[in-house]
Amino acid sequence: MSHLSHCPAFYAIRRIPVAVALIVTVALLGQYAGAQDTPLISGGIGFFSNTNGGNTTYLPVLSPVLAAPIGPRLLVESRATILETFFPKGGGQIGYTSAPFLGIDYLQGDFLVSPHLTVVAGEFLTPFGTYNERLTPIWIGNFEDGPLIFGLGTMNTAMGVGGMLRGSAVSTPKYSVDYAAYFSARSTNQQFNSQRSSGGQASIYFPETGLEFGASYGRRLQDTQQSFFGFHVWWEPIDSPFRLRSEYAHGEHSQGYWIETDYRLSHFGGPTSTIGRLEPVFRMQQTFRNSPDSTDGLPSADTQRADFGLDYHFAHEVRIDSSYSRQFSSTGNRNVWETGIVYRFLFPTWKGK
Amino acid sequence: MRTGKLLASCLFGASLLFLTLQTRSLAAPASAQSEKQDKNARPQPVRDGDRAFRQNCARCHNAPESFPPQISGTIVRHMRVRASLSREDERAILKFLNP
Repeated sequence: MSHLSHCPAFYAIRRIPVAVALIVTVALLGQYAGAQDTPLISGGIGFFSNTNGGNTTYLPVLSPVLAAPIGPRLLVESRATILETFFPKGGGQIGYTSAPFLGIDYLQGDFLVSPHLTVVAGEFLTPFGTYNERLTPIWIGNFEDGPLIFGLGTMNTAMGVGGMLRGSAVSTPKYSVDYAAYFSARSTNQQFNSQRSSGGQASIYFPETGLEFGASYGRRLQDTQQSFFGFHVWWEPIDSPFRLRSEYAHGEHSQGYWIETDYRLSHFGGPTSTIGRLEPVFRMQQTFRNSPDSTDGLPSADTQRADFGLDYHFAHEVRIDSSYSRQFSSTGNRNVWETGIVYRFLFPTWKGK
Repeated sequence: MRTGKLLASCLFGASLLFLTLQTRSLAAPASAQSEKQDKNARPQPVRDGDRAFRQNCARCHNAPESFPPQISGTIVRHMRVRASLSREDERAILKFLNP
């Protein structure tokens, strides 16, 4: 205990009972909900390996989600990440050592004010680009690694503590417009770590063509103030399993983009055939460094990276991911191999009415 | 230079694969066509719900294989916030999940 007490992860682990108590309280409050509104527990459990530059790391991960409606207009929801990292000891020593981690990704209350407005309060995922809000769950993202530009606009912590307004501004059969605007206070709490910042995003979606265009803006309001902006384009043609997702983000010291395509081979005998369960994935990324900045999370030199992946969707919500990446940079080229297996679960907190 | 060639090859390969697969999908077998017709013959609310689900939820993740009906309202409320669902889509998806 003595040496662990100096480890930040130790404090995180000590908060597990607090988190569990909070979840149970919210779930109990939710029992007064309607017949279809029983609180649910969802999420994913997985095991991943990552071989980067010859060193292999193993990661068992549990990522539970709780969603509990309270009354007709309120929803309390939370997602956590609990993992143990097993990595080589290094320094000429043989064998592995490990480090635990518990992080609350978000813990927010959503008040449904009107069909066009939801007020969010608490700790939420920073709405910048698409990756943070849409693709970070381990049972959704195609690759184990996030994109290289992930730090731009998400203020490093990828979460805010404060308030957010969001919703569907307009929705017609031809197009729909969504928006989000937030303000986050500075917080140095271990579990609710955020920077003082504000920003938002807007996007327009054309359902007939499956095209979405969006723009994001964020400004850090502490220390050295800095603005970020970004654009995203998604194209998911109707009646085709092809998907193209892309993002560009710009900061004052760096910028970059990623483009990801995937195609589930469900046209070959249906989505449950042996071939139809396969999903080849490809992602291209580039980052450009304009000036040194150790806080934006991007590589210190211009970097190009190509990721080749192959996912296999088993029955009963089990998926195997594998990928090979080649990264080119003036600081050194390297190979990254990743494999993982994820099980997605979804069930009510109790039997219900 | 070498990187540029690699990138160009990757993009070309991906485009070729996509075009090949799209061509194949256009020439889908008759059974697949009849499956589509059967789908179209479903009642309107289900078709609207299916459309709303594909245009909102399925853009990021696959549909869950199964779940008990008592959490369908919670799922939709969660998705309303996550995907900024309109009121019409929210109702359509709820009917789709819990017909």
